[in-house]
Amino acid sequence: MFSILKRYKFLLVIFLFACNNQQIDNTVNNDVSTSNAHSNTIHTTTTDVKMVYIPGGEYKPFYGSDSILTKVAPYLIDERAVTNAEFLAFIKDNPQWRRSNVKRIYADTTYLKDWQSDVELPKDAKPNAPICYVSWFAAKAYAHSVGKRLPTLDEWEFMAMADETSANAREKVTYSDNIISLYLLKGRQFNEVKQTKPNYWGVYNVFDLIWEWTDDFNSILTTNDSRSGQYEDKSLFCAGSATSSTDVLNYAAFMRFALRTSVKANYTIANLGFRCAKDTTIIK
Amino acid sequence: MLMFISCKQEKSKVAELPSDSIFNLTSTWKNQHGDSLQLKNLQGKTLVVVMIYTTCKSACPILVAKMKTIESKIDKKDLNKVSLVLVSIDPETDTPERLNEFAKSNKMDAPQWIFLTSNEEDTQEFANVLALKYKKISPIDFSHSNIISVFSPQGQLVSQEEGSIDVDKVVKSVHEIVKKN
Repeated sequence: MFSILKRYKFLLVIFLFACNNQQIDNTVNNDVSTSNAHSNTIHTTTTDVKMVYIPGGEYKPFYGSDSILTKVAPYLIDERAVTNAEFLAFIKDNPQWRRSNVKRIYADTTYLKDWQSDVELPKDAKPNAPICYVSWFAAKAYAHSVGKRLPTLDEWEFMAMADETSANAREKVTYSDNIISLYLLKGRQFNEVKQTKPNYWGVYNVFDLIWEWTDDFNSILTTNDSRSGQYEDKSLFCAGSATSSTDVLNYAAFMRFALRTSVKANYTIANLGFRCAKDTTIIK
Repeated sequence: MLMFISCKQEKSKVAELPSDSIFNLTSTWKNQHGDSLQLKNLQGKTLVVVMIYTTCKSACPILVAKMKTIESKIDKKDLNKVSLVLVSIDPETDTPERLNEFAKSNKMDAPQWIFLTSNEEDTQEFANVLALKYKKISPIDFSHSNIISVFSPQGQLVSQEEGSIDVDKVVKSVHEIVKKN
């Protein structure tokens, strides 16, 4: 009798343990399926995208105090945006980022819109076209999976000052005109990457395919509604600044900043994608 | 058998977490007592959340004062169903010890007050979840938007007050959630 009881007790303990275990498993699984950008549970994905060295330096941000220069440290940036094919590979390795698994807090309802299934690109989508309809969280998780990060706003804008022939083309009248005309092209996000000329640094498609997420897009302290008047940062808005010629030239930058201030991290948009960046210790 | 049932129930509870709940976030935090926790450990109470940093001289003291006003306006009988959470924007300076001192000197050391600090990346993630904008403008100062958010006991965002915050609206929102849950 005693031994039966003992055995029973043993089973009971085992059962309790198993039950506990299951719960723990469940939470862990939950964590994986929820995923997060900085978790080790993001599985690595490989990519052969070439990274371009940008030496950094001081630059004048497009808004804020006029005379303050911002320092940008040297960094590496992908020569092109992350493609449909690359994101699909990431999705296959990281089921928590599939459309049917992703948590709303990480991506809104249009996440990977038009995909035929969890692991099938939209019909007629080119594998080499940039991935769109991804949230900041998803972009960040992808970047981690390839051992990179998203570029900071300053890094992105620094790289974007270049045209095909010079590192800083902001003073050229053609610079902003060209960008604006590129921004107006419809359906440009469906085109393949690297089909047009790279800029001075060797970076492709800075303006002609998509808008791109930056790591600290949420660091612009102004509202997307200029009527609210909560912040007095009028320099961001056309009305407040269009009188000064430099600002007119940078109208394309205003468009980017306006987009950044209006999005939330779980938003997914038809022509908003990303490319990755990386720190570098090399000083060329 | 009983155990099995209770175990199953636990499981379904985990699965039922709404997809847009902040308790899905897996970031780790420390409170003012130095305990490590995840946001899901705050599950079960209505949350009033604000992001601040303790060395702030401008907007934060006002935000802290508003949080205290909100607390004072919540029905005393409901206080055990509510957590007032102050999340640091400046994890480097705001260690648990510092938060604890801050809590004591501001008479915010009752159990309903929770101060949280993490690392830069998780802080940025949380700010993004709140759609709160912030930027480090010098080694000691941050610009940030002033938002007080109210979350349901399941971690879903119910309301946000931004700018010149109307504390009565926040209190109303809290009372409504407490009544429902």
